Amino acid sequence: MSEQGTKASSPSRPWLHRHRWLVLRRFNQLGILAMFMLPPLFGGMFAAGNLSSSMTLDILPLTDPLLLVQSMLTGAWPALTGFVGAALVLVFYAVLGGRVFCSWVCPVNLVTDFAAWLRRRLGIRAGGRISRNLRWWLLGLVLLLPLVTGAMVWEYVNPVSMLHRGLIFGLGYAWLILAAVFLYDLLVVPRGWCGHLCPMGACYAAIGAAAPVHIAAPRRARCDDCMDCFTVCPEPQVIKPALKAAAGHGPVIDSIDCTKCGRCVEVCDREVFGLALGWVGPDGHLRREAEARQTPAGLQEGSA
Amino acid sequence: MHRRDFLTGLARTAAGVGLMGLGLGLYSRRAASLPAWALRPPGALPEADFDGACIRCGLCVRDCPFDMLHLARLGQDIPTGTPYFVAREAGCEMCEDIPCVKACPTQALDHGLTDINDADMGLAVVSDQEACIAFQGLRCEVCFNICPIRGEAITLEYRRNTRSGKHALFIPVVHSDRCTGCGKCEEACILEEAAIKVLPRHLIQGKLGEHYRLGWDEQQRAGGALVTPDAEHRYNLPEGMRYDHGGEGLIEAPDDAPFSDNPLDTLNGGGAL
Repeated sequence: MSEQGTKASSPSRPWLHRHRWLVLRRFNQLGILAMFMLPPLFGGMFAAGNLSSSMTLDILPLTDPLLLVQSMLTGAWPALTGFVGAALVLVFYAVLGGRVFCSWVCPVNLVTDFAAWLRRRLGIRAGGRISRNLRWWLLGLVLLLPLVTGAMVWEYVNPVSMLHRGLIFGLGYAWLILAAVFLYDLLVVPRGWCGHLCPMGACYAAIGAAAPVHIAAPRRARCDDCMDCFTVCPEPQVIKPALKAAAGHGPVIDSIDCTKCGRCVEVCDREVFGLALGWVGPDGHLRREAEARQTPAGLQEGSA
Repeated sequence: MHRRDFLTGLARTAAGVGLMGLGLGLYSRRAASLPAWALRPPGALPEADFDGACIRCGLCVRDCPFDMLHLARLGQDIPTGTPYFVAREAGCEMCEDIPCVKACPTQALDHGLTDINDADMGLAVVSDQEACIAFQGLRCEVCFNICPIRGEAITLEYRRNTRSGKHALFIPVVHSDRCTGCGKCEEACILEEAAIKVLPRHLIQGKLGEHYRLGWDEQQRAGGALVTPDAEHRYNLPEGMRYDHGGEGLIEAPDDAPFSDNPLDTLNGGGAL
C-alpha cells in the first residue's frame, strides 16, 4: 500500500526511504500473524491462541486487558496466566504508547489503511462526519454491557478479535464485518473505524496516555505546508498543535490518539518529524527540555 | 458553543449509543445460545457463566493434542469464538493432565478440575433402542468397550432374548454418576446415525421429586419395615394352584417343584416337561 495518492514530491528519495516505517509495520503485523499461523514447530506452536490471549513459546502469556476486564465485569475470575498476560500487555503499551497496538499489531489496520489508500487513489472526497469521541462512548458501552447482561457482548461483533481469530481459526462470515468496516472507511467516514469508533483503540490510547515515546516535529520551522503528513495521518488532528505551534504548543505530538505509525516521519521530504523519548509536559515540550530551556530539541531521528 | 447545543449533541450521542447497546445486547442474547450437539471442553463453566468468562482466545483448541476442539466461526449456531466439539466427529480423549483446562487464561475452563474423570461435558444416553443393534440381540458393545471409564460409565446388562428364546441381549446402560460426556461412545457407534448420543446433562437427565422415597431402600436403611410389620402373604388358593408373581398369574400346577430333585430325571425326559 504505497502512497501514490499523495503527490510524489521527491523523486530523489527512494521508495523504500519514503516507506521505511510502513514496511516495518507491515512486516511486524504480518509477522505476528504468521507466528500464530505457523504449523506447530518442534512439538509446539510458536505462538498459540490469538490477540485475545496467547501463549508464546510455552512461556510468555499475553492477554488483551480490555477483554479480560470485560470478562471480569461479567463476574468471572481469570486464572493467573490471564492476569500475568494482561499485566505484561499493560506495561508494554504503557511504555511504548497504547495505540502502537493499532498501527503496528492490529490486523484491522491493514484493512482500514487499504481503505484510506484507495480513498486517496480514487479521490473519494465525500464523507460523513462523526465525532472522534464516539470511541469513548463505545468503550463505555463495551464495559457496561457485560455488567448488565453477564455476557461478553462486544465479542459478538468486535472486528478486531474477529479478524485475528478468523485468520487463525477460520473466518466464517466474519469477513462480512470486515467488509463493512472497509466500505464504511472507504465510502462513509474517512478513517471511520480506527479513528472514530474502535473501542479497543480507545482503550489502548488510555493505557498509553503517559507513555514516554512520542512522534514530534522538532524541525517544524522547515515545514512548507505541503500537507503530506496530514494526508497520510490516520489521526490528522494530532499533528496540528505540534507542527503549527498552536498556542505555544511544543513540538511533541502529545495526543493519546497518535498511533505512532511513523507515516508523517517518512512521508515528509523536509524531515520535519522524528521520534522523541521522554516525559512530555502539558505544553507539548519534553519535560527535560523544558527544564533545560535553552538546549535545542534533543530528538532522535527514528528509524525504528 | 451554546450550552443548549452541547446538551442536545450529548443527548443525541447518548441516545445513538444507547440504541446500539440495546441492539448489541439483544443480538448477544440470541447469539449466545448453544445448540445441544455442540459440547464444551472439560471443566467448562455452566453455559451462562461460560459465555462471560471465555475470552475466545483458542488456547484450549491449540493445546488439545488430539485436535478435536474447534472455535466457533461467525455464522455457526454456536457463540462466535467459543470452543466446542462435536461428539460424533471426535470425542474428548480425556487426557489425564487436561492440557486444555491448564491453557485457559480465564477459568472459563475451571482450573479446579484436576481429575478428568470428574469432568462433566454432557451425558451419554442410548437415544434409540430401535436402532441400537444390541437391542436386536446382535453383539456390538463398541460403546461399552471404547468408554474411557470402561465398565463403570457404561455397563452391559444381560437380558433374555425373547426373539430367539435362547440368547442374551447385551444392553448398554449409561451410569450418570460416572459418565463424563466425553463423547467417545457416540463417535464410535457403528450405526450410520449414532444410537447413543451425548447431550448437555440438563437436557436429558431426569430427577426424582425430593419427596420420593423408595420403600425398599428405606426399609434396608431402617433395618425393617417402617409401616406395617413384614408378613409373608399367603394366598388362599384352590388345591393344585399356585400364583406366580412374575406375571404368569394363576397357574394350575402341583404345589411342589416341577422338576425332580434328581436332574438326571429331567434330562432323561422323565420330568414334568
